[in-house]
Amino acid sequence: MKNKGLWMHYHLMLLPGAILLFIFNIVPMFGIAIAFQDFVPGKLFWKQRWAGLANFEFMLQIPDSRQIFMNTLVIASLKIVAGIVIPVTFALLLHEVRTRWFKRWVQTIVYLPHFMSWVILSGIILTMFSLDGIVNQVVTLFGAKPIMFMASNTWFRPIVVACDTWKEFGFGTIIYLAALTGINPALYEAAEIDGASRLQKLRYITLPGITTTVVLLSTLSLGNVLNAGFDQIFTLYNPLVYSTGDIIDTYVYRLGLIQMQYGLATAIGLFKSVIAIVLIVISYRLAYKFANYRIF
Amino acid sequence: MVRSQSVGARLADTSIFVVLTVAALLCLYPLWYTIMLSFSDKAAANAGFVRFWPVGFNLSSYRIILEDAQFFRAFGVSVKRVLLGGAINLILTVLMAYPLSKAFPGRHTYMWYMVFCMLFSGGLIPSYVVVTSLGLQNSIWALVIPGAVPIFNVILIMNFFRNLPKELHEAAYVDGAGPWYTLLRINLPLSLPGLATVTLFSIVGHWNSFFDGLIYMSKPDNYPLQTYIQQLVIVIDPQQMQNLSTDQLIQMMKVSNKTLNSAKLVVAMIPILLVYPFLQKYFVHGIVLGSVKE
Repeated sequence: MKNKGLWMHYHLMLLPGAILLFIFNIVPMFGIAIAFQDFVPGKLFWKQRWAGLANFEFMLQIPDSRQIFMNTLVIASLKIVAGIVIPVTFALLLHEVRTRWFKRWVQTIVYLPHFMSWVILSGIILTMFSLDGIVNQVVTLFGAKPIMFMASNTWFRPIVVACDTWKEFGFGTIIYLAALTGINPALYEAAEIDGASRLQKLRYITLPGITTTVVLLSTLSLGNVLNAGFDQIFTLYNPLVYSTGDIIDTYVYRLGLIQMQYGLATAIGLFKSVIAIVLIVISYRLAYKFANYRIF
Repeated sequence: MVRSQSVGARLADTSIFVVLTVAALLCLYPLWYTIMLSFSDKAAANAGFVRFWPVGFNLSSYRIILEDAQFFRAFGVSVKRVLLGGAINLILTVLMAYPLSKAFPGRHTYMWYMVFCMLFSGGLIPSYVVVTSLGLQNSIWALVIPGAVPIFNVILIMNFFRNLPKELHEAAYVDGAGPWYTLLRINLPLSLPGLATVTLFSIVGHWNSFFDGLIYMSKPDNYPLQTYIQQLVIVIDPQQMQNLSTDQLIQMMKVSNKTLNSAKLVVAMIPILLVYPFLQKYFVHGIVLGSVKE
């Protein structure tokens, strides 16, 4: 009986958060009904005209859809691959360093960009890649003509992926470094006694030691193949690079909140969400299967 | 034999050292470059003479910022948002993490509810419609309330609470302490490192976000700093830009004021740089913390 009183307090503590989550997370999920409406802003939700699947049909007809879907997929996949390969390599290199102050110094620097906003970093990137920015100085140093990087459909994607890697690779190393420090030192000692070389230790102890973490994070990143990074693209792109850089999220924003086509924009957003849900569920299933991973 | 191995080992060590140093410097250079630009002469900066040090050192950009009322207003909005949002995030995190660290009927439901909310969302337009129909436009609440529950932080702190010695809670219970008192007097003081971590994370998150400011604030007076900078430095008004020709666009990119923009970026960076030492002290611990489960 005494416990029941205690549980009441628990529910009371959870109540405010649960209500806020309901209003701002659950209610919008019902809002996807807008995708099936001919939504006119300013009119109440239930007074809108129902449009059936018209928005989805229209979505499949406009040529932009294919383009933005491909852009999203390509940019996000490249980011995922770079976001695994570079941090793993970097963590392995850092792990080999025995000088502690040097290790800490490097870590301090490479973690920093992660905490800057894309607004600031994009501002920096736009300056650096401008016509008389530092990057074009290097280009002209090699005798080539200055390049309009941010207006070039050849360069936009590589720059986006490279800059995202710059921002996030340091932070990505943390988790791999944690896995590396978790390796039992006795293994290295035993290997040394057996006369193992540095490369052999890397091959037979270090790499197997972080395989699980790498597999786990790769699997979980599957849920992100349609997340190309709205903040970054939005702060870097311009109409000249729409054909290679416009992604689903930015398109939905322009269509919905600039051109006020709520119904169509929600339909495209919903299309993305459905694919994302399937991918997330699959990735968590796989993560559980391969690495025994659970969220809580 | 032994000797040649040590030479090889030293060579490997040196090359690792070089690679890491170069990578770290490359990482830092863009930030350094921006700071140097902000102190340089306008003409020299626009002509691209600045590389490693300021050219024609002067503080005129910062003087212009000091006189820019709009900039300070935006800075104020950001500070207000960080304080309010950080406090709300912290209170809700603690309030939710405490009961979830206990076993009680319904805990599982709450957990699934939160994870569901963390993984899935209704998307941009429905969320926008909800916030605007609550009449939150142009109010600071539009920036702090929709993300009031930082689910990831709740899970982190929940795990932190679960790792506290059970005997303490039993002792408190025997002494007649109720759940609120236990939370305040036992869990909070013992979890300060964890709480510092998540609070720093939410502060940085609030300081850095610009998009909610952009869509929910119709008056530029209400923009937080990041939104203000985004609007100024990276002028992309899609509608306006679509009407421009390629040449006009290129022209527009050319005439942008590099030194002033850089100075604004630097001022926006300063708060992050100030909390960075604390962040760095805690976040590695914080991340590893989340992976420890009983």
